[in-house]
Formats: sequence, structure tokens, C-alpha cells
Amino acid sequence: MSDRVLLATFGHEDDLLAATDAVRHGGFKIVDAFTPYAVHGLERAMGLRPSRLTWVCFVCGMIGVLGMLWFEHWSASIDWKLDVGGKPWNSLPSDVPVAFEAAVLLAGFGSVFALLAVSRLFPGKQPQIIDPRVTDDRFVLVIDEGDAAFDTAAVRKMLQEFHVIAIEEKLTSAGGELR
Amino acid sequence: MADATASLRPPLVTGDKTISDVTNDICAPMDRRPTGLWWTAFALSFTALVVGVAAVWYQIATGIGTWGLNKTVGWAFDITNFVFWVGIGHAGTLISAVLFLFRQKWRTAVNRSAEAMTLFAVMCAGIFPLIHMGRPWLAFWMVPYPNTRGPLWVNFKSPLLWDVFAISTYLAISAVFWYVGLLPDLATIRDRSEPGWRKRITSILCLGWNGSARTWLRYETVYLLLAGLATPLVFSVHTIVSMDFATAVIPGWHTTIFPPYFVAGAIFSGLAMVLTLMIIARKVMQLEDYITMTHIDRMCKLMMSMGCIVGLAYGTEFFTAFYSGNGYEQFVFKNRALGPFAWAYWTMVSCNVLIPQLLWSRKLRSTLPVVFVIVILVNVGMWFERFVIIVTSLHRDFLPSSWASYVPTWIEIATFVGSFGLFFTCFLIFCRIAPVIAIAEVKSAAHLKKRPSAESSNKEKAA
Repeated sequence: MSDRVLLATFGHEDDLLAATDAVRHGGFKIVDAFTPYAVHGLERAMGLRPSRLTWVCFVCGMIGVLGMLWFEHWSASIDWKLDVGGKPWNSLPSDVPVAFEAAVLLAGFGSVFALLAVSRLFPGKQPQIIDPRVTDDRFVLVIDEGDAAFDTAAVRKMLQEFHVIAIEEKLTSAGGELR
Repeated sequence: MADATASLRPPLVTGDKTISDVTNDICAPMDRRPTGLWWTAFALSFTALVVGVAAVWYQIATGIGTWGLNKTVGWAFDITNFVFWVGIGHAGTLISAVLFLFRQKWRTAVNRSAEAMTLFAVMCAGIFPLIHMGRPWLAFWMVPYPNTRGPLWVNFKSPLLWDVFAISTYLAISAVFWYVGLLPDLATIRDRSEPGWRKRITSILCLGWNGSARTWLRYETVYLLLAGLATPLVFSVHTIVSMDFATAVIPGWHTTIFPPYFVAGAIFSGLAMVLTLMIIARKVMQLEDYITMTHIDRMCKLMMSMGCIVGLAYGTEFFTAFYSGNGYEQFVFKNRALGPFAWAYWTMVSCNVLIPQLLWSRKLRSTLPVVFVIVILVNVGMWFERFVIIVTSLHRDFLPSSWASYVPTWIEIATFVGSFGLFFTCFLIFCRIAPVIAIAEVKSAAHLKKRPSAESSNKEKAA
């Protein structure tokens, strides 16, 4: 990505969706889009892959359930054999509830921390805010101007069809945050 | 297509709002100074909280001999309150997770406050078993950590230990679910605030959220995962709570119907509490356009259906006792309905089964004062359900010579009042410092007013 981007601001999700689709099919590179809420279908319009965080969740859950089953077995029937009402030491059914809770706990925390890590969200982060209104009622599409062949006039004309509110060209700080 | 369904269903947000109106309306109560009504409610709740703290301090310092328990009735007010508060928490998860999985978009108006309610209710619930331990400063013994006593590990075969894990997991996951849901709204508050302490705090808490579509995609994935995890979690939590009783050999407790019966009861009581809070909040905070009569109507239907399941469980219990041919079992149920605690039993049946039947009438569902009285009665009835299950099963046991009764002491009552104080104090503070409605979710779920130009472009495309 080059340092030059074009920011197109829209006032409605339908406009953003249609514009994103048109821009991508017009052969331009979309850097990102900024929206006040999750716009359904935008990931398809932008050509984003489905998130792989589900795998993190699955792996964490498995670690939780297997780890806790092993610990319950080890503590109650190997390390210190605990006789409870003459029940077998290694009774599996009574190990299930706690193992399940451990799975849920690890899977939940694992996927949330993975989300924060992958999206680089952390306390005290100073994000580059494109427009303070993207968390209110504005939808901003960021298009890469990198190519020498980038025809600003043509893109502007194309965006006009989708009721674009404002078009702005910007230099990003060494391609940092927007990427 | 979306517009076609929108015209068939009643709108989720009334009053012809734009996207920006949603932000402003929901954030408005935070920008205003607290009203006199808020201060009155806060003063009352805080007083109750102080009373509770004093009572808890006294009983920990003196010992739980300050309670009305005796050798026969070893569980009463404390565990009743514990189950009562855990149950209330469950409706929050039902609304935020189960209805999310079922794609019920109307949940967006109520899910934030229902999740907050879950969090505060589980906090209240956790206090009771903690005090009940008698020596709460040793509560960490419930955690399996390598210790100098062997190490002696915890007893993983005990449902009481399962409870420790279930409740703490539930509290943690509910808190995370609530906080993750708040992230985009915290960013909204950050961006609309003037520079100052509010902007500084929200920009730390929102973790640098900037509304990027890539982040939204991951966020939605994780939100779905959390909903998928919270749904079996909520069922497991109350199942485990019911096993505290069902694995005992006490007649009246030792039944296989307990897990579904407890889960249905929990959701029932929780919906009643959500409705109680909603009816007050929409009025006090002027959010009638967001929490509409349609929402109240649907919640009432949900609550009534849960009430019918609970009624069925009451009947099934009696039939099972009769059909078992077990004299002890039959005695417990006869004693419940006709014994010294019959007043509690019939309070429970009337509040939980009979009175909610009024909600079959659409007219009554749309009359707020009636709905409010009904939900308060359901709250009362569900508290009595736990009291009946616990105390009536215990007070007349196998040996008539050890039969006893139970009367709560003022310390126990003050502790219960204190838990309400904690709950409402937390809820009132939450209403002041965070958006009570999920702003981003309402925007995405509601079919908000479009600009005329967007309308015409859609028509062009359709043509």
C-alpha cells in the first residue's frame, strides 16, 4: 500500500455496500471501511475471508476440557486418593460438570483475548480516527491510491452514483494504522 | 427484501429516527444531570446496601449462629436468596445469548440492561454461599491450589464444588460478554464527548476501537462464539444449582425433574426482573421509542410460557410423589400443600401459575400498570418457590422427634434487603455511566429512516 488513500464518506449502509462492491469490481484496492455498526454483507463486498477466531475458541475449549479432566483424575485418584462415600476414585461422570465449565471459561476468554490481539485493541491505544462520526452515523470507505494508473476523477465520478457525502484524499502515517 | 418484512412486523424503534438520533437519544440520559427520582432511588438503594453491609459484618464477626437455622433446618434464607439471585441472572443471558442465536432482533433494546442485571444478580448470589461458609476468609480453600496440607485437593465429586466453578465461570463470562458488547458504544461516547475526563476514561475503556470493518467482522465472530458458549453455560449453571439439592437423599429434593424445573424457573424469575427494570427504566429515562410496547408484549409472552412450564413442573412433582408409592415422598408433598408452610406454598402457586395466566389477554399485556403488578408478584412467587423447596423439605424429616420450624432472624432479613441494595445501587450507577441500550446493535437491527436520495436509488435498482 502506498501512503495516499482516498476517503469516501457515506450516510447509509446501502450506499456503502453498493459503492464497496463497485469499487472492488472496478479493480481498485480497498484498504478498509469504517462503520458505526456491523454492516452485514460488507465482508463479502470487501472480499474479506471469514474470521479464523473460531479455531482459537475450539482449541482453547479443548485445552480446558482435557486439562480439567486430567487434573480431576490426577488429583482425586493419583495424587491423593479421596474416598467419598465409597465411590470409585476415578469416577468420570462426576468430573464432567467442572470440565465443562473449564472449557467454557477458557474458550470464552481465549477468543476474546485473541480478538483483542489480532485487532490490536488494548487499553491506552490511540487509534487514528478517520472521522469522529464513524462511531455515530457515517460510513467511510478507504481506497488505496497507490497505483500510478489510479484515476481519481473516474473514482470520484463512480462514487457520485452512490450518494457520496464527502471525498477526501489523505496521506497516511507510513501506512500504519489504516492497514 | 428487508424492507418487505419490515412493513409486516411492527417497527423495533418508533418515532421515525435517523441513525444519529439513536446515538443522541440513548446517550442523552448520561449527559443530563441525575433527576430527583434517580437520587431518591439511589438514596434508598444505598441505604439498603449499608444495612446489608452492617448485617454481614455483624454475622461474620459473631458467627452464623445469628441466623434462625437449627439442626433440622440447616439451609433456609441464605440458600433461598442464593438460588433466587442466580435465577434472576439467567434471563439476562437468555436475552443476550439465546435470543441472539435465534436471531430475535427485538432483543437489541433490552439486552444491554439485561446483561448488566445478570452481572449484578450473580454478584448478589455469590455473597450468600460465601457468608454461609461461616469463615469466609477461608473461601480460597474452594480453589484447587497446591497447598501445605498434603496437598489436599478439593472434592470434585461434590455438587457444591461444581457450583463454585459454575458460578464463578458464569460471572466471568457474563462480565466479558457485557464488556465486549460495550466496546463499540464506548467508542461512540468517546467520539461525541468534549475533551475531559469522560473522553479520557472511555478512550481507555474502548481499547482504541475505530469501527474498522475488519475488526467488526472478527468482533461479530467472537460475539457469536460467546453467545454459543453462554447458552449451554446458563443451562449448566442452574442444572448444577439444582444438583445441590437433587443429589441429596432428602425427599422433596431427590428428583430427576430438578434440572429442567430449575432452569425454567430461573428464566421465568429473570424475565420478571428484566420486565420490572425495563418498565421503570423506559419511563424514567424517556426511552419509550426504543423499549416499545411491542418489546413488553413479547417479554410478557415469553414469561407466561415459562410460567406454564413451571406450573407443569409443580404438577409433575406431585404426580411423581403419588406414583412413587414412597411414603416419605408422599408425606413431604402433602406437608408442603397442607402443612405449617402451606401459606408459602399457595403464595408460590398463585403468583407463579395462576396470576400470569392473565397475560393471555392482549389488552392486559398492553396495560403497563397491570403488567408491572404481575411481574412484581412473579418475583415474589419465585422467591417463595425456592423457600418452599428448601424449608418444607427439611423441617419435617425422617424422625418426628427432630421436626422443627424455621423463622428468619432480623439479621437474615437485613442481609436479604442488603442484597437488593447492592443490586439496585449497581444498576442505578450503570444507568448513569453506560448506555442502557446497545447503540450499535439497535442501529443495525432497526430499519431506520433513510435519506430520500437513498430511497429513490433503491427504487431505481429495483426497476
